[in-house]
Amino acid sequence: MVTIRYAKDNFELDENQSVLDCLTGHGVPVPFSCRSGVCQTCLMRATGGTPPEVSQYGLKDSLKLQNYFLACVCHPGADLEVALPDDDDIQAVIPATVKSLKLLNTDIMQVVLECHLPIDYRAGQFINLFKNQSLGRSYSLASVPHEDEHLHLHVRRLPQGRVSGWIHEELRPGETVEIRGPGGDCFYIPGNTEQGLVLIGTGSGLAPLYGIIRDALSQNHSGPIHLFHGSRDLNGLYLTGELHELVQQYSNFNYVPCLSGDDVPHGFAAGRADDVAFQQIPNLKNLRMFLCGHPEMVKIAKKKAFMAGASMKDIYVDAFNVSQSS
Amino acid sequence: MSQQQSLFEKIGGEAAVNAAVDIFYRKVLSDDRISSFFEGVDMDKQAAKQKSFLTMAFGGPHNYTGLDMRLGHAHLVERGLNDSHVDAVIEDLGATLRELNVAEDLIAQVAAIAESTRNDVLCR
Repeated sequence: MVTIRYAKDNFELDENQSVLDCLTGHGVPVPFSCRSGVCQTCLMRATGGTPPEVSQYGLKDSLKLQNYFLACVCHPGADLEVALPDDDDIQAVIPATVKSLKLLNTDIMQVVLECHLPIDYRAGQFINLFKNQSLGRSYSLASVPHEDEHLHLHVRRLPQGRVSGWIHEELRPGETVEIRGPGGDCFYIPGNTEQGLVLIGTGSGLAPLYGIIRDALSQNHSGPIHLFHGSRDLNGLYLTGELHELVQQYSNFNYVPCLSGDDVPHGFAAGRADDVAFQQIPNLKNLRMFLCGHPEMVKIAKKKAFMAGASMKDIYVDAFNVSQSS
Repeated sequence: MSQQQSLFEKIGGEAAVNAAVDIFYRKVLSDDRISSFFEGVDMDKQAAKQKSFLTMAFGGPHNYTGLDMRLGHAHLVERGLNDSHVDAVIEDLGATLRELNVAEDLIAQVAAIAESTRNDVLCR
């Protein structure tokens, strides 16, 4: 029987149980979100014993070396003594002031945050925003360092969403929240400026893409940049004015708003964003792909993009996994 | 004066592996005989596995052991993985190399290395 030691308590780990389930089952307030080893919300550190390699997948080398691991995918074969990350580490909790809150459409709120400490990030990465010590969610960054003064998030209100509901209904400008990050590898890497970029997003998956596009343009990306943003109906699209302005400003930028519902007015493409994209650009050889939003869309589009000629190394994804506990 | 070139060098080394991995993985995924074994797997992890397999099959440096092969495929053998599927993979491997204009005698050597893993892959 494997024992997990946290603070002064010893907990027995059931068969097939993750360290996260074991600890939260005993009332330890470990924050978590995706429960699939992606979002890094449940980051913990082993202070005794060695975490399994698979529970460190995707972490920075610097964190791996310090025995950090993701509790939701940690199934140790031997005893482990664990701790929550403290404030001194690389992923320290950073306070941030809410500068503004603005509805971008009926259910997506733009949250602008001013960090109290400098944060080194790339547009398209995500941060974790905490409602309280044990409740945090990942949100992608739509802002661009050096272009935007503050951090910009697009928070979609989810049914029964405990963090998104709080952000939409209770949070007010001037309040201070805690964030941690950044994380994730879906961002624009400078260089190869003539390569074509194809970006496909659904819903608030536009957030990282809007950041990535402006990052690429600000770094003088000269290859064609195609954005396909999809929703069911007109109400789901947003930033359309800003995106049409970018089209006017940059001749290499192309914006295709897609509607998968029945009512498709002139100027919009009919169909799901991924279908429209693959139809308009059937050969993806040598193109760089960015796929963000609904996890099922991202999964299907990733395979389709690869089969249509995109190289695995040129496909960047950000799947918005919705926490099973809302 | 010329030193004997290894198979790995003759094929083109790591650059050849990098050129082959996408083509090979695409062939495998679109091969109806074996594609079902790859459904639902993490594509990035799978591509990394394909890369180390190709490196080994091309005669390059690798850490594969027979035991790894057995452990890595046991769950697939349970799902019915058999000789016909190994045949399909070796065929796709040959087609990949032909697409990259690799000479037939080198393709035969690669196929022989892949063939040598058959019993471990099928856990027998």
